[in-house]
Amino acid sequence: MRRAALLGALAVALVAPGAAAAQDCPKTTLGEIEKEVMCPICGTPLALASEAPQAQRQRAFIEQQIADCRSEDQIKRALVAQFGEAVLALPGDEGDDDFEDVLVYLVPAVGIAAALGGIAFALVRWRRRQQSGRGAPATAGADAGRLDADMERYDL
Amino acid sequence: MRRLLAPVPIAVVGVVVALVALLAYGLASNDPDQDVAGKQAPELELPRLSGEGVGSLEDYRGQVVVLNFWASWCEPCRDESPLLQRWHERMEPRRGTVLGVDVQDITGDARDFIEEYGLTYPMLRDGEGESRERFAILGFPETFVIDRRGRIAAVARGPVDDAFMREHVAPLLRERA
Repeated sequence: MRRAALLGALAVALVAPGAAAAQDCPKTTLGEIEKEVMCPICGTPLALASEAPQAQRQRAFIEQQIADCRSEDQIKRALVAQFGEAVLALPGDEGDDDFEDVLVYLVPAVGIAAALGGIAFALVRWRRRQQSGRGAPATAGADAGRLDADMERYDL
Repeated sequence: MRRLLAPVPIAVVGVVVALVALLAYGLASNDPDQDVAGKQAPELELPRLSGEGVGSLEDYRGQVVVLNFWASWCEPCRDESPLLQRWHERMEPRRGTVLGVDVQDITGDARDFIEEYGLTYPMLRDGEGESRERFAILGFPETFVIDRRGRIAAVARGPVDDAFMREHVAPLLRERA
């Protein structure tokens, strides 16, 4: 009985570090990465280059990195070391999760929103001006004559 | 006439002209010069595949260079490798060399390839593929025969064979620097 308990404890001690390491391993998949990187020879995202031999080698390289417990960013950096920055398919992506990656999307969005806002504001002002122009009563008869005389007197 | 000079038609015409110019530029820049024979070989300086420093085409000035662009995943590159190795051994005593350039390839795969075929000629590594544009390379393998003065004497778009090497490389080896 004691022997069995000892063996059990030994088995747990041997298996536990492996299980813990597997838990620590960053979870990423080939599918997630191949959407975000290019196949440099094919000139398309890797996900679209299904049968090209270079794409297949690139996939094997990524799968090896996943098996070695590398994170998505680490794998992207490894690809950049092999093929240069052009291997990254997403604008601003440098293989790391920093603020620049977000700015690439944020700046154009803010620019577009500001431009649309400006156009809407100009349109509203223009329509208001049109309406106030149309609503003004026409100057008639004697008033018109007096206005012309006044204008001539103050003609600058 | 006044209507034609209004800002909107002028802007539309401007945009159309700009788009046509952009299209023309795009077409012109996507048509690499394929007829390079007789021209001076472009400069080429790249890291060595072994990882030890950089190498350049200039290092081989005065020699006949068979510049071979390849990649480990390329089947025809496998077929021609033993022939290139044989010719390298033949050329070496006559001041000639094969110079391999591994393009946009995974370094580990390329080193395995070299070991598998027992290639002893110098190898450079072009991970980003900059040489593709310089040499107007469309596929793999492609081979440029460069004379002792650094001019491109012949180009093979596709794998080389013994007949090509005899016709284009052998006469250059007989020439003096």
